[in-house]
Amino acid sequence: MPTGGDVKIRGKNFSHLDEDGRAAVRSDNMGFVFQSFQLLPALTALENVMLPLQLKNVANARQLSLDALQKVGLSERTRHYPKQLSGGEQQRVAIARAFATQPRILFADEPTGNLDHATGQMIIELLFRMNAEAGTTLVLVTHDIQLANRCHRRLKLENGVLEELV
Amino acid sequence: MTDISMMLSFKLACSQTLSLWRAGALRVLVFALVLAVSAISAVGFFTERVESALSQQGALLLGGDLAVLADHDIPQPFVDYAQAQELAAVKTYEFPSMVVSGDNSQLVEIKAVGDQFPLRGDLTLGTSANDAGKIVKAAPEKGEAWIEPRLANLLGLRVGDQLAVGEHSLRVAAILLREPSRGGDMFSFAPRLMMNAEDLAATKLIQYGSRVKYQLLVAGEPRKVQLFHTQMQAKRVQGFQAQMQPKLARGERIEDLRNAHPEIKLALDKAEQFLGLSAMVSVILAMVAMLLSSMPYIRQSLDMFALMRCFGATQRTVLQLLAIQTFLIACISALLGVMLGYIAQLGLAQLAGSVFVEVLPTASLAPALRATAASLAMMIAVVLPHAWQMRKLTAMNILRRETPQAIAAQPLSAQAKFLPAALVMAGMILWQAQDIKIASATMLAILVLCAVVYAFAYALINLAKLLTSLPTQAATVSTIRLGIQGLKTRLALSTVQMIGFSMGLMVLVLLALIRGDLIRNWQASLPVDAPNRFVINIQPTQISGVQQFFTQQHIKDTTIFPMVKGRLVSKNGNAVKTTQWEGERARRLAEREFNLSWAATMQSDNSLVAGRWWSAAEHGKPYLSLEQDLAKTLGIKLGDQLTFDIAGNPLTLTVSSLRKVDWDTMRANFFAVTPPGVLDNFAASYISSFHLPVGADLPLNMLVRQFPNLTVIDVAALMQQVRSIMLKMSSTVEYVFVFSLITGVAVLYAAMLATRDERVAEATLMRVFGASRRQVSIAYLTEFACIGLIAALVAVVAANILGFYISVHVLDIPYQFNFGLAVSALLIATGAIPLAAWLGLRGFLNVPPRQLLNSI
Repeated sequence: MPTGGDVKIRGKNFSHLDEDGRAAVRSDNMGFVFQSFQLLPALTALENVMLPLQLKNVANARQLSLDALQKVGLSERTRHYPKQLSGGEQQRVAIARAFATQPRILFADEPTGNLDHATGQMIIELLFRMNAEAGTTLVLVTHDIQLANRCHRRLKLENGVLEELV
Repeated sequence: MTDISMMLSFKLACSQTLSLWRAGALRVLVFALVLAVSAISAVGFFTERVESALSQQGALLLGGDLAVLADHDIPQPFVDYAQAQELAAVKTYEFPSMVVSGDNSQLVEIKAVGDQFPLRGDLTLGTSANDAGKIVKAAPEKGEAWIEPRLANLLGLRVGDQLAVGEHSLRVAAILLREPSRGGDMFSFAPRLMMNAEDLAATKLIQYGSRVKYQLLVAGEPRKVQLFHTQMQAKRVQGFQAQMQPKLARGERIEDLRNAHPEIKLALDKAEQFLGLSAMVSVILAMVAMLLSSMPYIRQSLDMFALMRCFGATQRTVLQLLAIQTFLIACISALLGVMLGYIAQLGLAQLAGSVFVEVLPTASLAPALRATAASLAMMIAVVLPHAWQMRKLTAMNILRRETPQAIAAQPLSAQAKFLPAALVMAGMILWQAQDIKIASATMLAILVLCAVVYAFAYALINLAKLLTSLPTQAATVSTIRLGIQGLKTRLALSTVQMIGFSMGLMVLVLLALIRGDLIRNWQASLPVDAPNRFVINIQPTQISGVQQFFTQQHIKDTTIFPMVKGRLVSKNGNAVKTTQWEGERARRLAEREFNLSWAATMQSDNSLVAGRWWSAAEHGKPYLSLEQDLAKTLGIKLGDQLTFDIAGNPLTLTVSSLRKVDWDTMRANFFAVTPPGVLDNFAASYISSFHLPVGADLPLNMLVRQFPNLTVIDVAALMQQVRSIMLKMSSTVEYVFVFSLITGVAVLYAAMLATRDERVAEATLMRVFGASRRQVSIAYLTEFACIGLIAALVAVVAANILGFYISVHVLDIPYQFNFGLAVSALLIATGAIPLAAWLGLRGFLNVPPRQLLNSI
C-alpha cells in the first residue's frame, strides 16, 4: 500500500478495500505479466491460461484460452508444461493468460527482463500488437528507455518521486 | 469478484488435483496415505470378522446368553428373578464320575440338564458313531442317557443298552455326536454323558463335598425372534446381569458371551493388540512419509493459490479449493486403501482366521468408514497448518516476487506446523494400540528417537565447525567440509530427513530381526519332543513298576514327581479369606487346592528369581519355593509363613525362594515345592510326563492295562494345535509386516524427495560459482553419508531395543543380539543412502547451469 496518498482504479479507492475487495477489483479490471513469468509448473500451458478464466467462471474458458494461445503462436504447445517451454514461450503463455480475461488495465512488470534481446523484442512486439487489438491500457514497468519511448505516456520513478517525462 | 460457485470450485479443485498428480507432486503423499488406510482397514476388517464370529459362537458355546456358575446349587432368587423378567432359564450340573456297564467302568463327564436345555444352539444325535445324525433342540428324557461315540466304544455300548450311573440305571437313547457347548473346551479329557436333571437324585452321586459345576443358563425367550423383542430381551439379559452381579456370594460368578471362553478371547485380544501394533507402525511411518512428501505438494499448492489471489480469487475461494482438494485426496486414497485393505484381510483370514474359528462371517462397512475417517484426519493434519498460512497470502507477495515459502514461514513456527500432525498421530497411535501404556510408550519412543537424531545432527555441526577451523590445503577435504556444512544450513530439513530415514530403516531392521531370529527362537521354545502325555494318580507302590515300564518302552526323559493336595488356610498366622484378594484370578488361585511337590534339586526349566534353593542339609526343613507369578498374584513375599490344610492336618511352611517357571516346555511343573522329607507324613500320588508321537497309543493302552487306576491325559492333539497356532501366527507376523516394509520404503523415498528441489538449486549455484561436477558430488555424498550414518545408528539401536522388548515381553523368549545384522544394516544404510541421493541428483549435474537456472 502507498505510504502517502491514495490509489484509485476506475474511481474506486483501492486503499480502502480489504484484500478480498482488492482481489475483486483485480479480477474485474486487471491483468498481469511478470518478469519471472509466474506460470504454475504443475499446469500445462493451456491450464495456466485457463486458470484466471475459470476463477471468473467464464463459460467457454477452454476455447478462449485456445484462441489466446493461438494468437501468441503456441497452438502446438498447449499440452506442454512450463519446464518443457523456452523462456520466450513461457512469457508468451503468460501474455496469452493476461489477455484471455480481456482486462481493462494490463500491468507488465519488466516483461523482457528474463529474456535475451531477440526474444525480448519479439515479446514486446506481441504485447503491443495484442494491446492494440484488445484496446487495453498497458502499464509497463521497464528500465529500457527505448521500450519506454514506444509508450504513449511515460513516468519516471526515482527515489520515490514520480515525474512525467515529456 | 465474488466467491465462485461450489460447482466451479469442485471442478477447479478436481482439475488442479489432477494436474498436481500428473506433475508428480502428489504421488508419494497419496501412496503413503493409501498404505496407511489399507493397514488400518485390513486389521479392522479382520478383527471385526473374528470378533463377530466369536460372539455368535459364544452364545452356542455357553448354551445361553448368560450363565450363573457356582460350586453349590444355584440359589432360588436367581431362578425367580429370571422368571420374573420372562427370561428362559435352565439349570445344569456337570461333574466327573465313573459309570459301569457290565464288567467295564469308565470315567465320564456327566452333564445333567433341565428339560428346557439347550437355550441356544442345538445338539446332533445319531444311532451310532458313523451316523450323520439329526439336529435336535432337546434334553434327554427322564431315565435316558445320551453318550459320546468315544464312551460307546470304550464300554461297547449301543443304543438301547443300559448303564449304571451311581445307584441309578439309565438307558442309552442316542449317541451324542455334537455338543456345541463343549466345542471350545480344550481340556475335556473324559467322554460326555448327558442325562436329565430329574434323574440326579436317584443316582445319589451328588453328596457333600462332590465337585460339581452348577450352572443356571439364562436367555431371552427364543420364540420371540422379532427385532423389537430381541432387543428387549437383550436388555433384560443385561438387566439380569446388572441386578444379580452384586448379589453373588462366595463361589458364584456370572459368565457372559465375552468371558465365556477366556482362552480364545485371550488369543484374540493378543492377536488384536499385535495386529493393531503393526497397523500402528504402518500408520506412523505413513504419516512421516506424508509429512515429508507433502512439502513439494504444499509448495506447488501455495504457488497456485498465491497466483489465484493475484488473479482476483477471494480468500474464501482459495480455502474452499484447498478444502475440496484435501477432501478429494483423502477420499480417493481411502477408497483405494479400503479396497487394498479388504483384499489384504482375505489373506489374513486365510492365514490366521482358523486359529479362532473355522468360518468367518463377512465384514461390515464399519471398518471401511473408520479407515476413511482416519484418512481424512491424516490429510487434514498435513494440510491444516498451510491453510492457516494461506490466510496471510496476498497478491503483493507475488508482485514483490516473494517466494510463497518465505511468507509461509512467517506466521507459524516450525514446531506449530507439525502440531496437528503430531496430535493426529497420537490419536492414531492410541486408537490402534488400544492400550494407554503401549501408546504412551510408543509416543515417548518417537520423541526420544527425534531427540536423539537432533542431538546427533547438532554434534555433527559442531564437528563441522571444528573442521572449518583446521587449516588445510587439500581440495577434497574442503569439499567434504562443504558437505558437512550443508547439514548446518539445512538443519531443520536435514533433521526431518534423518528422522524419516531412521524410522524407515528401523522398521526394515526390526523386520529382519523378527523374520529371522525371533520367529525361529519362538518356535524353538516348544521343542518337537516336548512332553505330550501326562500320567496322574500313580500310587507310591507303583513308581518302580511305572519306571520299569518306561524303560522297557524306551520312553526317555521321564521324571516322576510326587504330589500332595493342600488348601491354603492362613498367611503369617492370619486366616485367608477369599474376599481379601482383588481380582477373580487371585481368588480362584487361592481357593483351589494346591498341588504341593518336593524336590532335592530345582527342575532345569525353572530359574530362581529370589531367595535361594535348599542345600542337602536343609532337607526336611519347612521351606517352600513358590512360582513368582502366583506369589505376585496372591501378594506373597519371601519369608512369609503359609499354612496349608492337608487332609485335615495343618502344615506351616516358610517361603524361602521364588522361581520363574518356563511353562512352555510342557513338562510337569509345580507352583509350590518343598524340600524332600517335609511331606513324608502325607498321602502323595505321583505324576509323570513324557513324549510319544501323535497316534502312538499302543504303549498307553499297555500302561493302563497294567495299572488300571492310572489316568492318562493326552495333550498331543492340543500340542499340535498350539504348534499350528504358532505357525499361523508366525505367518501372520510376516504378512502384516509387509505393510510396514512397504511404508518403510515409502518413507525412505519420501525423505529422499523432500529436499531434492533445494539441493538441485544449490548444486546449480555451486556449479555457477565454478564447482566441478566432482566437487558437487563429493559434497553431496558427504552430506548424505552423514545423514545415512546417523539414521542407521539410531535405527539399529532402536530396532534392537524394540526387538528385545518383543522377544522378552511378547514372545517370552530370551533375546540374542544379532551383531552381523546390526553391522550390515549400518554399512548398507551409510552406503546406499548417499548413493541413492547422488543418483537422484546426478541427472542435474550433467545439465548446463544456465538451463538449470531457468528452470528453478
